[in-house]
Amino acid sequence: MLEIRNLSLSIPVSGEHVLAVSDVSLSLQAGKVLALVGESGCGKSLTAQSLLRLGEFQGVAKETGDILLGGQSLFDISAEALRKIRGGVISMIFQEPMTALNPVFTIGSQILEVIHLHTDLGKVESHQRALALLADVGLQDGETLMKQYPDSLSGGMRQRILIAMAMAGEPEFIIADEPTTALDVSVQKRIIALLRGLQREKGMGMLLVTHDFGLVAEMADEVAVMYAGEIVEQASVTDIFDNPSHPYTQALMRCRPEFVQDGQLAVIPGNVPSPGDWAQGCRFAPRCSLATDECAAKSVALNAWQDGEHQARCIKVGV
Amino acid sequence: MSVLSVQHIRKVFKGGGFFGGGTDKVAVNDLSFDLVKGETLAIVGESGSGKSTTARLAMRLLDLDGGQVVWGGQDVTKLAGSALRKQRRQLQMVFQDPFASLNPKMKIVDTVGEGLRVHQPQLSKAERRAKVLETLQLCGLGEEALDRYPHQFSGGQRQRVGIARALIVEPDVLVLDEPVSALDVSVQAQILNLLKQLQADKGLAYLFISHDLSVVQHIANRVMVMFAGFVVEEGDIDDVFNHPKHPYTKALLDAKPISHPSQRQDDDGKQVDEGVAVEGCAFALRCPFAKDECKSFDMRMKDKVACLYPL
Repeated sequence: MLEIRNLSLSIPVSGEHVLAVSDVSLSLQAGKVLALVGESGCGKSLTAQSLLRLGEFQGVAKETGDILLGGQSLFDISAEALRKIRGGVISMIFQEPMTALNPVFTIGSQILEVIHLHTDLGKVESHQRALALLADVGLQDGETLMKQYPDSLSGGMRQRILIAMAMAGEPEFIIADEPTTALDVSVQKRIIALLRGLQREKGMGMLLVTHDFGLVAEMADEVAVMYAGEIVEQASVTDIFDNPSHPYTQALMRCRPEFVQDGQLAVIPGNVPSPGDWAQGCRFAPRCSLATDECAAKSVALNAWQDGEHQARCIKVGV
Repeated sequence: MSVLSVQHIRKVFKGGGFFGGGTDKVAVNDLSFDLVKGETLAIVGESGSGKSTTARLAMRLLDLDGGQVVWGGQDVTKLAGSALRKQRRQLQMVFQDPFASLNPKMKIVDTVGEGLRVHQPQLSKAERRAKVLETLQLCGLGEEALDRYPHQFSGGQRQRVGIARALIVEPDVLVLDEPVSALDVSVQAQILNLLKQLQADKGLAYLFISHDLSVVQHIANRVMVMFAGFVVEEGDIDDVFNHPKHPYTKALLDAKPISHPSQRQDDDGKQVDEGVAVEGCAFALRCPFAKDECKSFDMRMKDKVACLYPL
């Protein structure tokens, strides 16, 4: 199990540490897909990257909390151990298939590099392994493909190759940060199906980071909705779609273009607040149609019902 | 009368390569449409289908390799330089990326007012500022926006600035290239509502380029579906979306994201179908209904669909 416990992260803004993720707790289970949903700036990518301690390169700092992999904190292990975990136990699929591959190396050399990093296979076996990985992501003509450069491939093909590379170390957990946003609709559906298929086949736990409820509907088992650095609702995927409880989740669902009423789309007034500009009390209150003085008075805790299966951070909902 | 008419336009991108050995790519092939006041024509298709090239040809931002472009009754195909610039008032463009399309060093009042310097040079600085404010307000921004810089705005606000910049010269047509695809859903809805409102108030015509079928269905009256530089189907939005005739249109619609987890389908995603046929019907490689004759089919529209065996 991979667990985030009461994690708070800060980012550097003009020389100061500003809180961007506050008190987030999540757990990834083997064989399950957890979707982390929210709009840009809500802290979802920062949270996801913290699982590999990637944000630290850009000055993201842990303020409080911990990340536990099978009970072991990722914050007090050696650099060497962390390197083995990256790609070997927890792997990441990035958003941009156009920039995540190096344009001056062949596909083959880039896949082989990852295989060498995570296995002790010899030359012939590595090559076989590369072909098998490519076949796993639906790319049959591996021999030819391995000699090609990224720029001769479509976005969908490149994303398949990135997925193959993420699988090379046989990870137990996979983090997919907006894995399909840069792709065409027709290709998106296939990549979603591929990811879902691999995740099931190999029994991996997945953290899916997205703003797209279509993707959530396709892939997730469990959904956590983030707003202004904190989790505002968490429930099973069917519960989120059938009984969204937090006013923010409800509003997000309503403003999708397929839910038009009287020719107008529902909107959420105002903008997502930046870290540092969060409201006192409930952070969504300034944009919430249900908000009263009480909401702004003090910060709101997650309250749970259905035996803790459904949680929301709102004083107006719950049983 | 049509405010924008495009007839049999064609664009070929010359093959690149260090020794010039690459093959030419026909980006847009014999494409025609008319746009009238107050309507929205959407062009949908995947990347590389030619939809953005079509928008740029209609805007005369790219040179044509054939065909004719007419703005408000005037043929602008052959116009260039200042003669073309004078006509530009009629057609304005809103770009996809509100982060990249605004000059970071210019105040909003100057960015939005720039068009006025060209098209209404007689205005004083104060008059220009007043006009900019009026247009910003129309787009849901306030006076405080005038003296700010782009980085002080969110994505949605920047897209409002982008729309204001296009609107200030009072065009008849807005060409919108993926105007909401970089925005969050909640903000996307605000911008789509704004566009609908502006269209109702001013009778603007929109040429709306998008890959998002839900957005297109919400905003457009008519749609053209492009594949590999060809228009494969066109028609009234509800007809095309409810009864697609071209297998590619159907494939696009089938790929629309689901809206509830209960609609999940079984597919392991391992089948890769992304190729484009060089001869005959370009879609034949991916088409579940393709027959031998399709390999020699000359992709022309007949009854608003370019298919030998329409659905």
